[in-house]
Amino acid sequence: MSDNEGPAAAPPPPPSSPPPPPRSRLAGGWRAVASPLAAVLAAFVVGGIVVVAIGDDPIETYKLLLGSALSWPDGIGYTLFYATPLIFTGLAVAVAFRCGLFNIGAEGQLYIAAFATAWTGITFAGLSPWLLAPLACLAAVGSGAAWGALPGVLKARFGAHEVITTIMLNFVAVAMASYLTQYHFRKEGDPILETVPIGAGAHVARLGHFLPGFPERIPLNLSFFAALAACVLVYAFLWRTRWGYEIRATGESPLAAQYGGISTGRQIVLAMAVSGGLAGMVAINEVMGYRYRYYDGFSTGYGFTGIAVALLGRNHPVGVVLSALLFGVLLRGGLFVEIFTEHVSKDLVLVLEAVIILFVAAEALFRGGGLGLPRGQKARPGTPGTTL
Amino acid sequence: MLELRNVTKRFGAVLANDRVSLAVAPGTIHAIVGENGAGKSTAMRIAYGFYTPDQGEIVVEGKPVRMASPQDAIRLGIGMVHQHFMLVETMTAAENIVLGAEPGSALAFDLAGAEARIAELSREFSLAIDPAAPVERLSVGQRQRVELLKALYRRARVLILDEPTAVLTPQEVEGLFAILRRMRGQGKTVVIITHKLSEVMAISDRVTVMRDGRVVGNLETRATSAAELARLIVGRDVLLRVVKAPARPGATVLAVRGLRTVGVEGVEGVGGVGGGAGGDGARRLDGVSFTVRAGEIVGIAGVEGNGQTELIEALAGLIEPASLAGEIELEGKDLLRARGARGRREMGIAHVPEDRQRRGLVLAFDLAENSILGVHYRPPVTAGPGAVWLDRAAIGRRARQIIAEYDVRPPDPSLAARALSGGNQQKLIMGREMTLPPRLLLVAQPTRGVDIGGIEFIHRRLLALRDAGGAVLLVSAELEEVTALADRLLVMHQGRIAGEVDPARASQEEIGLLMTGGGGRAAPAAESGQRQEEAGQ
Repeated sequence: MSDNEGPAAAPPPPPSSPPPPPRSRLAGGWRAVASPLAAVLAAFVVGGIVVVAIGDDPIETYKLLLGSALSWPDGIGYTLFYATPLIFTGLAVAVAFRCGLFNIGAEGQLYIAAFATAWTGITFAGLSPWLLAPLACLAAVGSGAAWGALPGVLKARFGAHEVITTIMLNFVAVAMASYLTQYHFRKEGDPILETVPIGAGAHVARLGHFLPGFPERIPLNLSFFAALAACVLVYAFLWRTRWGYEIRATGESPLAAQYGGISTGRQIVLAMAVSGGLAGMVAINEVMGYRYRYYDGFSTGYGFTGIAVALLGRNHPVGVVLSALLFGVLLRGGLFVEIFTEHVSKDLVLVLEAVIILFVAAEALFRGGGLGLPRGQKARPGTPGTTL
Repeated sequence: MLELRNVTKRFGAVLANDRVSLAVAPGTIHAIVGENGAGKSTAMRIAYGFYTPDQGEIVVEGKPVRMASPQDAIRLGIGMVHQHFMLVETMTAAENIVLGAEPGSALAFDLAGAEARIAELSREFSLAIDPAAPVERLSVGQRQRVELLKALYRRARVLILDEPTAVLTPQEVEGLFAILRRMRGQGKTVVIITHKLSEVMAISDRVTVMRDGRVVGNLETRATSAAELARLIVGRDVLLRVVKAPARPGATVLAVRGLRTVGVEGVEGVGGVGGGAGGDGARRLDGVSFTVRAGEIVGIAGVEGNGQTELIEALAGLIEPASLAGEIELEGKDLLRARGARGRREMGIAHVPEDRQRRGLVLAFDLAENSILGVHYRPPVTAGPGAVWLDRAAIGRRARQIIAEYDVRPPDPSLAARALSGGNQQKLIMGREMTLPPRLLLVAQPTRGVDIGGIEFIHRRLLALRDAGGAVLLVSAELEEVTALADRLLVMHQGRIAGEVDPARASQEEIGLLMTGGGGRAAPAAESGQRQEEAGQ
């Protein structure tokens, strides 16, 4: 019909190094990394201006931030420990996003999973580690997946928007876990709202256990490697299996997916279940690898920060790992900035995160692409120091 | 009157216009033809002040001018009617016409005066419209007249029309041409962008041919021929007429009996997400019955929105069975309730959809991934237990084969489908669906937006499938196309088959009359009789 003669219709020059089909999002190479990187740099510039305005030296502050986050062994140990749950939730959000869904419910999914994991660890405390640990992991993934699938079913069956239902289910999940802990599994006489400890068979070993010279007090545990493995699996799932193909087709174009004989409703449920399962894996780190019990309010908004992680990581597993590591650095470094600077508080980290998200979102907006990415996910309930 | 001199325009790396020079003489109808991407629209958008040229100048009535925006063009007496109308649906025709050029002062809007002028213009150019009718109630042809009046109201002396006939029925095209001739008679100058050669020959005085951003011909229409124009447009000899052997129809492949859509809310697409066919009242199926045999092409003509889309989607399994009643059988096997989109494709029903960008392709996927849509879940493109893993080597082979065989450009399987032109997207879809291979091919608007070379190619493929014993159901708004290709031609009107004609014998007028519901009284009666029969079963 119309001549598409604008620049939009012009075939772009072929990529300089033709990647093998089907190529991943990262095959765009430099371009895929450039804009998130620019956002991060811009955030540090803006953060530096804030530091100057407060009356401290930005160079010193950043030196402190990065130095404390990357020191051996404590800095790196804690940074990786903080990054672990964010890799899981970042992947969770990314998988849902690839299906065109906005899973704000990772927080609720990981709460449900944490409680279910603790319950399994308590109830079957007598089992051998060879049985109990896999069982508890299964509980984490399974309960998270079930809780995630719920809004998927509601969407596929009744068209209920997943943003609304996942937000509501977050409240339900947190309240339910608190209720069960308070009235059924609370440790007698304990002033803190937490369950009795899980059986030793459900413990995930800390790294210090294997690594000579790495102190065992650092809570970094094998879950970190589980998170890396999850990245590989998510990549393979999304880009190498027909299920991933169907999920991505549904996310990119439901009409074309239906045309291709794909049941879009089923893909929505599947994607939400996988997303919830990934969010649930946070429990392996937090319950099985760190606290060895369910602890009320244990998450500092991992589910919500996961949205930012996925956004910065462009919903790609590799990007998610990189951005989760960055957020881990910020979380770890922020504590030291709080303590060792004259004026700057660890809220500087929130400023950095906020600016990163703002720039990434703005870039998505200007590209005209994107699926109406969330902006300003900084209202993280339960995050100490979050002020409006 | 209007002249472009050595105009060059670049979009990034693409040279859209390369030293384009053309002169439109006053009081003439000047056609600009060329393939998609040849630079026609860019040149005209430059003439209308939409783009500024990188080099070269625009001359209006002998004076070089600089235009920063369409407002400048309007001031110079240049008007443009875009292919997609720019009208406010809820406002009346008169309000739309004066919008942005309201008469009277800022406080006292003189609508009565405006209506008087509109009435005068309508008389002068035989542009009959009801100025008080809201635009949403006007037909496409009437909307186009509103657009023309909008330009005339702004005292345009040169009118640029971008593909004005793409959306019109044959009768409406005749009406439009009568209006354009009348405008020429009143001293107006008309520039018409098109890629239909028959229209160029019918209406224009002069014709400019563009190819690859350059002007390759400037001809007197009387002194040229469609064949010569086609050669200039494509750069080689083109077969304009469809040449086909007589059909040798075999057994019935598809049988549709009393197919209708049910439900007040309209049609529910499968999956409940994104929706299939939209469901306003008129877009329904109301007792459609026909058969398609092996080795024949059955064409469906009709003004768009008379149920063709719903028919194809219903046959392809893209409408919930609960929204349909009647029977669909493929080689005697029930389809309507038994098989979804996937099952139907497994039975050999291929589908080249009308909306290639949203239905036929996942634009963000690369060509390789798009080349397996619909068969992505089974060997040979999957491997391993449960056919879980995508076999990338097999997918690559398949994609390269389709790309080579269907001449998809650029031939890079790792390119996103979004990056292809419409014609190449269509070739990719055609290739994918033909690879099935289909026993029944459902194909809607196969050459919409495809240039002459591509059209010839697609037509040949459809005929080759037919001659190999495939059954083809072809829906097209292009009457010429559907009459040239089809062995039998059904005309749809308001969700029914208004009649069947022999495409080799029926005149355009006869078909056009059926398309607009003006066909013989007998046809609808026969239909309703058939429906009663269905109800009785």
